[in-house]
Amino acid sequence: MSQVLVVTSGKGGVGKTTSTAAIGAALAMNGSRVAVVDFDVGLRNLDLVMGAERRVVYDLINVVQGEAKLQQALIRDKRLETLYLLPASQTRDKDALTSEGVARVMDDLRESFDWIVCDSPAGIERGALLAMRHADVAVVVTNPEVSSVRDSDRIIGMLDAKTAKAERGEYMEKHLLLTRYDAARAERGQMLKVEDVLEILSIPLLGIIPESEAVLNASNVGCPVTLTAADSAPARAYIDAARRLEGDVIPMMIPADKRVGFMGKLFGRRAA
Amino acid sequence: MTIFDFFRPTRSAPVARDRLQILLQHERVSAGASDLIAVLREEILEVISRHVEIPAEKVQVKMQRDEAISTLEVEIELPNPIRRRAA
Ligand SMILES: Nc1ncnc2c1ncn2[C@@H]1O[C@H](COP(=O)(O)OP(=O)(O)O)[C@@H](O)[C@H]1O
Ligand SMILES: [Mg+2]
Repeated sequence: MSQVLVVTSGKGGVGKTTSTAAIGAALAMNGSRVAVVDFDVGLRNLDLVMGAERRVVYDLINVVQGEAKLQQALIRDKRLETLYLLPASQTRDKDALTSEGVARVMDDLRESFDWIVCDSPAGIERGALLAMRHADVAVVVTNPEVSSVRDSDRIIGMLDAKTAKAERGEYMEKHLLLTRYDAARAERGQMLKVEDVLEILSIPLLGIIPESEAVLNASNVGCPVTLTAADSAPARAYIDAARRLEGDVIPMMIPADKRVGFMGKLFGRRAA
Repeated sequence: MTIFDFFRPTRSAPVARDRLQILLQHERVSAGASDLIAVLREEILEVISRHVEIPAEKVQVKMQRDEAISTLEVEIELPNPIRRRAA
Protein backbone atom coordinates (compact mmCIF):
# COMPACT_ATOMS: atom_id res chain seq x y z
CA MET A 1 0.00 0.00 0.00
CA SER A 2 1.37 3.39 -0.89
CA GLN A 3 1.93 6.16 1.63
CA VAL A 4 1.91 9.90 1.01
CA LEU A 5 4.29 11.67 3.37
CA VAL A 6 4.48 15.45 3.71
CA VAL A 7 7.65 17.16 4.96
CA THR A 8 6.49 20.41 6.48
CA SER A 9 7.43 23.07 9.07
CA GLY A 10 5.82 26.47 8.69
CA LYS A 11 9.16 28.21 8.94
CA GLY A 12 11.57 28.37 6.00
CA GLY A 13 15.21 27.33 6.00
CA VAL A 14 14.84 24.65 8.67
CA GLY A 15 15.76 21.71 6.42
CA LYS A 16 12.58 20.50 4.68
CA THR A 17 14.10 20.16 1.22
CA THR A 18 17.29 18.60 2.60
CA SER A 19 15.18 16.13 4.59
CA THR A 20 12.87 15.29 1.67
CA ALA A 21 15.87 14.38 -0.49
CA ALA A 22 17.67 12.47 2.27
CA ILE A 23 14.64 10.50 3.45
CA GLY A 24 13.41 9.88 -0.10
CA ALA A 25 16.79 8.44 -1.07
CA ALA A 26 17.04 6.40 2.14
CA LEU A 27 13.61 4.83 1.50
CA ALA A 28 14.62 4.05 -2.09
CA MET A 29 17.89 2.48 -0.89
CA ASN A 30 15.75 0.00 1.05
CA GLY A 31 14.12 -1.03 -2.23
CA SER A 32 10.89 0.98 -2.06
CA ARG A 33 9.67 2.82 -5.13
CA VAL A 34 9.81 6.49 -4.17
CA ALA A 35 8.67 9.75 -5.77
CA VAL A 36 9.80 13.01 -4.20
CA VAL A 37 7.49 15.86 -5.16
CA ASP A 38 8.43 19.54 -4.99
CA PHE A 39 5.45 21.70 -3.96
CA ASP A 40 7.53 24.87 -3.62
CA VAL A 41 6.20 26.50 -6.78
CA GLY A 42 8.29 29.49 -7.84
CA LEU A 43 11.13 28.61 -5.45
CA ARG A 44 11.93 25.10 -6.50
CA ASN A 45 15.08 23.65 -4.98
CA LEU A 46 14.54 19.94 -4.67
CA ASP A 47 15.82 19.50 -8.25
CA LEU A 48 19.09 21.17 -7.24
CA VAL A 49 19.52 19.20 -4.03
CA MET A 50 18.85 15.99 -6.01
CA GLY A 51 21.23 17.05 -8.80
CA ALA A 52 18.54 16.90 -11.49
CA GLU A 53 18.21 20.59 -12.32
CA ARG A 54 19.37 20.16 -15.90
CA ARG A 55 16.96 17.35 -16.63
CA VAL A 56 13.73 19.19 -15.81
CA VAL A 57 11.42 19.32 -18.83
CA TYR A 58 7.90 19.25 -17.39
CA ASP A 59 6.79 19.96 -13.85
CA LEU A 60 3.98 19.43 -11.36
CA ILE A 61 1.91 22.31 -12.74
CA ASN A 62 2.15 20.99 -16.29
CA VAL A 63 0.79 17.68 -15.04
CA VAL A 64 -1.92 19.28 -12.90
CA GLN A 65 -3.03 21.37 -15.88
CA GLY A 66 -2.99 18.41 -18.22
CA GLU A 67 -0.18 19.83 -20.39
CA ALA A 68 2.06 16.83 -19.76
CA LYS A 69 1.61 13.25 -18.66
CA LEU A 70 2.89 12.23 -15.25
CA GLN A 71 5.39 9.84 -16.88
CA GLN A 72 6.82 12.70 -18.95
CA ALA A 73 7.40 14.89 -15.91
CA LEU A 74 8.91 12.29 -13.58
CA ILE A 75 12.72 12.34 -13.57
CA ARG A 76 14.43 9.08 -12.69
CA ASP A 77 17.41 9.38 -10.37
CA LYS A 78 20.78 8.54 -11.96
CA ARG A 79 22.01 6.69 -8.89
CA LEU A 80 18.96 4.84 -7.57
CA GLU A 81 16.63 3.28 -10.05
CA THR A 82 13.60 3.27 -7.75
CA LEU A 83 13.87 7.00 -6.96
CA TYR A 84 12.00 9.62 -9.00
CA LEU A 85 11.56 13.38 -8.80
CA LEU A 86 8.49 15.39 -9.76
CA PRO A 87 9.82 18.96 -9.92
CA ALA A 88 7.96 22.19 -9.19
CA SER A 89 7.57 24.95 -11.71
CA GLN A 90 10.02 27.81 -11.39
CA THR A 91 8.09 30.31 -13.47
CA ARG A 92 4.40 29.61 -13.13
CA ASP A 93 2.07 31.14 -10.61
CA LYS A 94 1.31 28.92 -7.65
CA ASP A 95 -2.42 29.54 -8.13
CA ALA A 96 -2.13 27.25 -11.15
CA LEU A 97 -2.11 24.37 -8.65
CA THR A 98 -5.75 23.43 -8.23
CA SER A 99 -6.96 21.31 -5.40
CA GLU A 100 -8.66 18.79 -7.71
CA GLY A 101 -5.61 18.66 -9.98
CA VAL A 102 -3.30 17.89 -7.08
CA ALA A 103 -5.70 15.21 -5.84
CA ARG A 104 -5.62 13.53 -9.26
CA VAL A 105 -1.81 13.60 -9.47
CA MET A 106 -1.54 12.13 -5.97
CA ASP A 107 -3.93 9.32 -6.92
CA ASP A 108 -1.90 8.59 -10.05
CA LEU A 109 1.36 8.57 -8.07
CA ARG A 110 -0.15 6.12 -5.59
CA GLU A 111 -0.61 3.65 -8.46
CA SER A 112 3.12 3.44 -9.17
CA PHE A 113 4.95 4.24 -5.94
CA ASP A 114 5.29 2.91 -2.40
CA TRP A 115 6.24 6.32 -0.99
CA ILE A 116 5.31 9.77 -2.24
CA VAL A 117 7.34 12.34 -0.31
CA CYS A 118 6.01 15.90 -0.64
CA ASP A 119 8.40 18.80 0.01
CA SER A 120 6.23 21.63 1.38
CA PRO A 121 6.85 25.32 0.81
CA ALA A 122 7.32 27.48 3.89
CA GLY A 123 4.36 29.35 5.35
CA ILE A 124 0.86 28.34 6.36
CA GLU A 125 -0.90 29.43 3.18
CA ARG A 126 -2.37 27.67 0.20
CA GLY A 127 0.87 26.10 -1.03
CA ALA A 128 1.63 24.48 2.33
CA LEU A 129 -1.99 23.37 2.67
CA LEU A 130 -1.96 21.74 -0.78
CA ALA A 131 1.27 19.92 0.04
CA MET A 132 -0.21 18.42 3.24
CA ARG A 133 -3.73 17.93 1.88
CA HIS A 134 -3.48 14.28 0.78
CA ALA A 135 -0.86 13.09 3.24
CA ASP A 136 -1.21 9.89 5.25
CA VAL A 137 1.72 10.80 7.48
CA ALA A 138 3.59 14.03 8.25
CA VAL A 139 7.17 14.77 9.17
CA VAL A 140 7.35 18.08 11.02
CA VAL A 141 10.84 19.54 10.58
CA THR A 142 11.86 21.71 13.53
CA ASN A 143 15.03 23.46 14.62
CA PRO A 144 15.64 23.72 18.38
CA GLU A 145 14.88 27.41 18.38
CA VAL A 146 11.83 29.44 19.51
CA SER A 147 10.40 30.66 16.21
CA SER A 148 10.74 27.27 14.55
CA VAL A 149 9.01 25.52 17.46
CA ARG A 150 6.18 28.03 17.43
CA ASP A 151 5.64 27.61 13.67
CA SER A 152 5.73 23.84 14.02
CA ASP A 153 2.98 24.09 16.61
CA ARG A 154 0.84 25.98 14.11
CA ILE A 155 1.52 23.41 11.42
CA ILE A 156 0.61 20.55 13.77
CA GLY A 157 -2.74 22.26 14.37
CA MET A 158 -3.31 22.52 10.63
CA LEU A 159 -2.36 18.88 10.02
CA ASP A 160 -5.05 17.94 12.54
CA ALA A 161 -7.69 20.20 10.97
CA LYS A 162 -7.10 20.89 7.29
CA THR A 163 -5.95 17.63 5.74
CA ALA A 164 -8.24 15.27 3.86
CA LYS A 165 -7.53 12.63 6.50
CA ALA A 166 -8.50 14.97 9.34
CA GLU A 167 -11.68 15.96 7.53
CA ARG A 168 -12.63 12.30 7.23
CA GLY A 169 -12.31 12.15 11.01
CA GLU A 170 -9.18 9.99 10.87
CA TYR A 171 -6.08 10.49 12.97
CA MET A 172 -3.19 12.21 11.22
CA GLU A 173 0.09 10.50 12.03
CA LYS A 174 2.79 13.09 12.80
CA HIS A 175 6.50 12.74 13.55
CA LEU A 176 9.01 15.27 14.78
CA LEU A 177 12.33 15.57 12.95
CA LEU A 178 14.67 17.80 14.91
CA THR A 179 17.24 19.18 12.48
CA ARG A 180 20.35 21.36 12.64
CA TYR A 181 20.91 20.13 16.18
CA ASP A 182 24.12 21.44 17.71
CA ALA A 183 25.16 19.18 20.58
CA ALA A 184 27.77 21.57 21.95
CA ARG A 185 25.32 24.44 22.20
CA ALA A 186 22.64 22.20 23.70
CA GLU A 187 25.06 21.07 26.40
CA ARG A 188 25.95 24.66 27.20
CA GLY A 189 22.25 25.41 27.69
CA GLN A 190 22.13 27.80 24.75
CA MET A 191 19.76 25.77 22.63
CA LEU A 192 16.45 24.11 23.45
CA LYS A 193 16.96 20.53 24.55
CA VAL A 194 15.42 17.58 22.74
CA GLU A 195 13.20 16.90 25.77
CA ASP A 196 12.00 20.52 25.81
CA VAL A 197 10.93 20.46 22.18
CA LEU A 198 9.28 17.06 22.59
CA GLU A 199 7.40 18.18 25.67
CA ILE A 200 6.18 21.37 24.02
CA LEU A 201 5.10 19.86 20.70
CA SER A 202 4.14 16.43 22.10
CA ILE A 203 4.43 14.40 18.92
CA PRO A 204 6.72 11.35 18.66
CA LEU A 205 10.36 11.82 17.70
CA LEU A 206 11.47 10.45 14.33
CA GLY A 207 15.09 11.53 14.50
CA ILE A 208 17.66 14.13 15.44
CA ILE A 209 19.81 15.42 12.59
CA PRO A 210 23.00 17.13 13.74
CA GLU A 211 24.22 20.37 12.19
CA SER A 212 26.88 19.14 9.80
CA GLU A 213 29.13 20.14 6.94
CA ALA A 214 28.22 16.89 5.22
CA VAL A 215 24.77 18.38 4.50
CA LEU A 216 26.25 21.45 2.84
CA ASN A 217 28.68 19.35 0.82
CA ALA A 218 25.83 17.12 -0.31
CA SER A 219 23.78 20.06 -1.57
CA ASN A 220 26.88 21.53 -3.25
CA VAL A 221 27.32 18.40 -5.34
CA GLY A 222 23.59 17.79 -5.84
CA CYS A 223 23.26 14.44 -4.13
CA PRO A 224 21.14 13.51 -1.08
CA VAL A 225 23.42 13.25 1.97
CA THR A 226 22.22 9.69 2.55
CA LEU A 227 23.78 8.71 -0.81
CA THR A 228 26.87 10.85 -1.00
CA ALA A 229 28.05 10.51 2.61
CA ALA A 230 26.13 7.51 3.92
CA ASP A 231 28.50 7.13 6.89
CA SER A 232 28.22 10.72 8.10
CA ALA A 233 26.28 11.47 11.28
CA PRO A 234 23.40 13.28 9.53
CA ALA A 235 23.07 10.52 6.92
CA ARG A 236 22.94 7.81 9.57
CA ALA A 237 20.28 9.77 11.44
CA TYR A 238 18.23 10.14 8.23
CA ILE A 239 18.63 6.45 7.37
CA ASP A 240 17.38 5.49 10.84
CA ALA A 241 14.48 7.94 10.48
CA ALA A 242 13.50 6.33 7.15
CA ARG A 243 13.57 2.88 8.75
CA ARG A 244 11.34 4.11 11.58
CA LEU A 245 8.87 5.37 8.98
CA GLU A 246 8.84 1.85 7.58
CA GLY A 247 7.95 0.54 11.00
CA ASP A 248 11.33 -0.60 12.32
CA VAL A 249 12.08 0.01 15.97
CA ILE A 250 15.57 1.45 16.37
CA PRO A 251 17.01 3.02 19.53
CA MET A 252 17.25 6.81 19.30
CA MET A 253 20.67 8.41 19.65
CA ILE A 254 21.05 11.98 20.83
CA PRO A 255 24.10 13.43 19.11
CA ALA A 256 26.73 14.17 21.76
CA ASP A 257 29.25 16.97 21.80
CA LYS A 258 32.49 15.61 20.36
CA ARG A 259 34.34 17.41 23.09
CA VAL A 260 32.59 15.76 26.02
CA GLY A 261 35.11 12.97 25.93
CA PHE A 262 35.82 9.46 24.91
CA MET A 263 32.73 7.74 26.33
CA GLY A 264 30.33 10.34 25.00
CA LYS A 265 31.93 10.06 21.60
CA LEU A 266 31.72 6.31 21.52
CA PHE A 267 28.21 5.78 22.69
CA GLY A 268 26.38 9.03 22.21
CA ARG A 269 23.50 9.28 24.60
CA ARG A 270 20.30 7.35 24.51
CA ALA A 271 17.14 9.38 24.44
CA ALA A 272 15.09 9.09 27.59
CA MET B 1 30.70 40.75 35.53
CA THR B 2 33.36 38.61 37.06
CA ILE B 3 36.05 36.64 35.35
CA PHE B 4 33.97 33.50 36.02
CA ASP B 5 31.00 34.74 34.02
CA PHE B 6 33.27 34.92 31.06
CA PHE B 7 33.86 31.19 31.17
CA ARG B 8 30.28 30.31 31.98
CA PRO B 9 28.01 30.89 29.01
CA THR B 10 24.48 32.15 29.74
CA ARG B 11 21.99 29.34 29.80
CA SER B 12 19.24 30.98 27.76
CA ALA B 13 17.50 27.77 26.72
CA PRO B 14 15.39 27.42 29.90
CA VAL B 15 14.04 30.94 29.30
CA ALA B 16 13.17 29.99 25.72
CA ARG B 17 11.33 26.89 26.92
CA ASP B 18 9.26 28.81 29.49
CA ARG B 19 8.34 31.57 27.04
CA LEU B 20 7.28 29.03 24.44
CA GLN B 21 5.15 27.07 26.87
CA ILE B 22 3.21 30.17 27.91
CA LEU B 23 2.84 31.53 24.37
CA LEU B 24 1.68 28.28 22.82
CA GLN B 25 -0.91 27.69 25.53
CA HIS B 26 -2.50 30.99 24.45
CA GLU B 27 -2.14 30.40 20.73
CA ARG B 28 -3.67 26.92 20.90
CA VAL B 29 -6.72 28.27 22.71
CA SER B 30 -7.28 31.06 20.19
CA ALA B 31 -6.82 28.73 17.22
CA GLY B 32 -9.42 26.44 18.83
CA ALA B 33 -11.71 29.42 19.40
CA SER B 34 -11.65 30.51 15.76
CA ASP B 35 -12.69 26.98 14.81
CA LEU B 36 -15.43 27.14 17.43
CA ILE B 37 -16.75 30.39 15.96
CA ALA B 38 -16.83 28.89 12.47
CA VAL B 39 -18.75 25.85 13.72
CA LEU B 40 -21.23 27.96 15.68
CA ARG B 41 -21.81 30.21 12.71
CA GLU B 42 -22.49 27.24 10.40
CA GLU B 43 -24.96 25.69 12.80
CA ILE B 44 -26.77 28.93 13.65
CA LEU B 45 -27.15 29.60 9.94
CA GLU B 46 -28.53 26.12 9.44
CA VAL B 47 -31.17 26.56 12.16
CA ILE B 48 -32.29 29.98 10.88
CA SER B 49 -32.37 28.76 7.27
CA ARG B 50 -34.77 26.01 8.24
CA HIS B 51 -37.38 28.69 8.93
CA VAL B 52 -36.51 31.80 6.92
CA GLU B 53 -34.55 32.48 3.76
CA ILE B 54 -31.29 34.17 4.64
CA PRO B 55 -28.03 34.82 2.77
CA ALA B 56 -25.10 33.12 4.51
CA GLU B 57 -23.14 36.35 5.04
CA LYS B 58 -25.96 37.83 7.15
CA VAL B 59 -25.00 35.70 10.13
CA GLN B 60 -22.07 37.19 12.04
CA VAL B 61 -20.50 35.58 15.09
CA LYS B 62 -17.84 37.32 17.15
CA MET B 63 -16.02 36.36 20.30
CA GLN B 64 -14.91 39.02 22.76
CA ARG B 65 -12.32 37.73 25.18
CA ASP B 66 -12.01 39.34 28.60
CA GLU B 67 -10.17 38.30 31.70
CA ALA B 68 -12.93 36.60 33.64
CA ILE B 69 -15.44 35.79 30.91
CA SER B 70 -15.75 35.78 27.15
CA THR B 71 -18.88 36.95 25.37
CA LEU B 72 -20.29 35.70 22.13
CA GLU B 73 -21.94 38.26 19.90
CA VAL B 74 -24.34 36.88 17.31
CA GLU B 75 -25.79 39.26 14.76
CA ILE B 76 -28.39 37.98 12.34
CA GLU B 77 -29.77 40.31 9.72
CA LEU B 78 -33.07 39.26 8.17
CA PRO B 79 -33.83 40.93 4.84
CA ASN B 80 -37.27 42.55 4.66
CA PRO B 81 -39.82 41.38 3.89
CA ILE B 82 -39.08 38.28 5.92
CA ARG B 83 -39.70 35.24 3.75
CA ARG B 84 -40.76 32.29 5.80
CA ARG B 85 -40.07 28.86 4.45
CA ALA B 86 -43.00 26.53 4.08
CA ALA B 87 -43.17 24.24 7.09
N1 LIG C 1 21.72 19.30 9.33
C1 LIG C 1 22.17 20.39 8.66
N2 LIG C 1 23.46 20.82 8.83
C2 LIG C 1 23.91 21.90 8.15
N3 LIG C 1 23.19 22.61 7.29
C3 LIG C 1 21.91 22.24 7.07
C4 LIG C 1 21.34 21.11 7.74
N4 LIG C 1 20.05 20.98 7.32
C5 LIG C 1 19.83 21.98 6.43
N5 LIG C 1 20.95 22.72 6.27
C6 LIG C 1 21.11 23.90 5.39
O1 LIG C 1 20.12 24.85 5.72
C7 LIG C 1 19.67 25.53 4.55
C8 LIG C 1 18.17 25.40 4.44
O2 LIG C 1 17.82 24.04 4.22
P1 LIG C 1 16.60 23.61 3.31
O3 LIG C 1 16.55 22.12 3.32
O4 LIG C 1 16.65 24.27 1.99
O5 LIG C 1 15.39 24.19 4.19
P2 LIG C 1 13.86 24.44 3.80
O6 LIG C 1 13.53 23.55 2.66
O7 LIG C 1 13.12 24.10 5.06
O8 LIG C 1 13.73 25.90 3.47
C9 LIG C 1 20.42 24.92 3.38
O9 LIG C 1 21.51 25.72 3.07
C10 LIG C 1 20.87 23.57 3.93
O10 LIG C 1 22.03 23.12 3.29
MG1 LIG D 1 12.68 24.06 0.76
